[in-house]
Amino acid sequence: MEIDNNQLLRFTTAGSVDDGKSTLIGRLLYDSKSIFEDQLEAVENTSRRKGHEGVDLALFTDGLRDEREQGITIDVAYRYFTTPKRKFIIADTPGHIQYTRNMVTGASTANAALILVDARHGVIEQTKRHAFIASLLQIPHIIVCVNKMDLVDYKEEVYEKIMGQFEEFSSKLYVKDVRFLPISALKGDNVVNRSENMAWYQGAPLLHTLEHMHISSDLNKIDARFPVQTVLRPQREGFIDYRGYAGRVASGIFRPGDEVTVLPSGFNSKINSIDTYDGSLDEAYAPMSVSITLEDDIDISRGDMIVKSGNQPEALQEFDAMLCWLQSQPARPRAKYTIMHTSNEQKAMIQEVLYKIDINTYNRNEENKDLMMNDIARIKVRTTRPLMIDEYRDNRITGSFVLLDDATHETVAAGMIL
Amino acid sequence: MSKYYLNYLDELESEAIYILREVWAQFQNPVILFSGGKDSIVVTHLAKKAFFPAKIPFPLMHVDTGHNFPETMKFRDDLIKEHGVRLIVGSVQESIDKGRVAEERGKNATRNALQITTLLDAIESNKVDCAIGGGRRDEEKARAKERFFSHRDDFGQWDPKNQRPELWNILNGKHFQGEHFRAFPISNWTEMDVWNYILRENISIPSLYFAHEREVVWRSDSWIPVSEHLKLEEGEQTYSKKIRFRTLGDITITGGIESEADTLEKIVMEVSAMKQTERGNRSDDKRSETAMEDRKRQGYF
Repeated sequence: MEIDNNQLLRFTTAGSVDDGKSTLIGRLLYDSKSIFEDQLEAVENTSRRKGHEGVDLALFTDGLRDEREQGITIDVAYRYFTTPKRKFIIADTPGHIQYTRNMVTGASTANAALILVDARHGVIEQTKRHAFIASLLQIPHIIVCVNKMDLVDYKEEVYEKIMGQFEEFSSKLYVKDVRFLPISALKGDNVVNRSENMAWYQGAPLLHTLEHMHISSDLNKIDARFPVQTVLRPQREGFIDYRGYAGRVASGIFRPGDEVTVLPSGFNSKINSIDTYDGSLDEAYAPMSVSITLEDDIDISRGDMIVKSGNQPEALQEFDAMLCWLQSQPARPRAKYTIMHTSNEQKAMIQEVLYKIDINTYNRNEENKDLMMNDIARIKVRTTRPLMIDEYRDNRITGSFVLLDDATHETVAAGMIL
Repeated sequence: MSKYYLNYLDELESEAIYILREVWAQFQNPVILFSGGKDSIVVTHLAKKAFFPAKIPFPLMHVDTGHNFPETMKFRDDLIKEHGVRLIVGSVQESIDKGRVAEERGKNATRNALQITTLLDAIESNKVDCAIGGGRRDEEKARAKERFFSHRDDFGQWDPKNQRPELWNILNGKHFQGEHFRAFPISNWTEMDVWNYILRENISIPSLYFAHEREVVWRSDSWIPVSEHLKLEEGEQTYSKKIRFRTLGDITITGGIESEADTLEKIVMEVSAMKQTERGNRSDDKRSETAMEDRKRQGYF
């Protein structure tokens, strides 16, 4: 197939009912010819019933019954489309502050974030919020789409002014790559096709940008980390002594012959082979799922991590993290939770809330430290045993964790290690 | 460009293998829900790859509506033998005979909804704590919000408004006795991805997916196969057509499309040019705009 070497790009969109996010996604799907006839027909019918003129593109991204009734997106919905250049996964999330947790979820796996700004209103609280989340979750690329340019007569000054506003406040954030695009999702300007109404804009349209964005260098290839998910012991003919450590490479590159250390035990060995069903490999890198065999017989189980001996993560029982509280029930101070970090699980405690962050203004709040749903705070965590951690900034897999409530088994918080 | 990246099919495969291994590590008694359709065949293939050189550690569970394509049944039995795995069958006919459910009546009666009870009974009686399915988020709008690890309460029900958030690649399969999970390793695949993968891996699939001559009747905008389970209505006429199926399910409601695609290559070409979604030929989804969501809430696949 011609698309064989194409990469997968995951991007997230955050937005509210009014800024045209659903219309933008609908436009991307529609203009890239990713809509099927029966879907189009269903949307045409609904548009007519609701009294809209033409096709309401926003309806393509409508999900569950409650949302269709309320006309808002309340959870993360995943959409897919493919062009001859790439396969795309959109994590479509609501944009209001009461859905911060959904935005955080959608952002956690994204390579890129689309932030929508209404050209008539410029940068508003919501823009700052979305930029903050993209920066907090370390999404490598941000594309600021200045939407509804048709409603400001496609004026360059409006676009320039918004770029300036964004750059001013985002200097406080840690984002690697920010790009701007003037678009009209409704009219189709600069989404898939270049706009004829904005000759002053020299850049590529949105889809082209997404198709050509360089993402393979975003993965950490330095720090070799391999969390063990399970041990494969076939005990069948030809493989009687086989002992393979199954997992997915979190970061870095592993090769047979590499000197490795198994954590937390600290035993050293060498990689004997890196196996897959399709044969053994000369090297393995993220995000490959493989099975590693070692030269020595070491007791290794789920939750252990194989790393290169010369480059090890920190083994810590106490560390700082940024935490997003996900649950309607507030955090209980000094209560015990289960922490899931890679394939490892321990008991953990929120030792201290240092401050909460107002994600609209980026101000710290050191007075009110109660963690409620959607709050983002800097905390101190303490675990019963050391975790093998990296900073989230360097490693999105070994730098992240979730907390579970033992009483309900719910996932209550998401953490990024500092 | 750096050589250290995966193409999208390798990345999807790696993600699915990761999820299957998490299922194995986190649950006591997981099964693969096997329908004989291409998606569950792909999941089984991925399970083979995930645990190699060990064999697939999960039994296959088949919810048998009694309205099967004979080709699917033969395919299922051959696959079981090939992989040396156990088969668990939940029978809808048995549920009807025991009075657990009543057969639908009327023109478009199907056993589709009845499967829910049989499935949940089979999950309970076999103490299954995780049922791995071939569901994909692109199939239907209610599935677009499904998690990789999807929690079901002790009535087997899905609560779409109260799902556990899934961040990064951390999957939370913790549950209480009586509750279970559904796991969807190929959530992020589209129909096109599945076909490209079947072609690339040369995975064998039931002959029904390839164009073949068949006796059919035109009903609900598609070609429904004539079988012992199909009651012809007045005025309905049977034809012999060259058709193939895009999805496989209950033989009484799975519609075929006219096609000349008799090889995997031709199917991939045909699917990439398709103008209708694959479930467009499933009359069970046409009942109402939220038909799938309503069934899923109750415990459907």
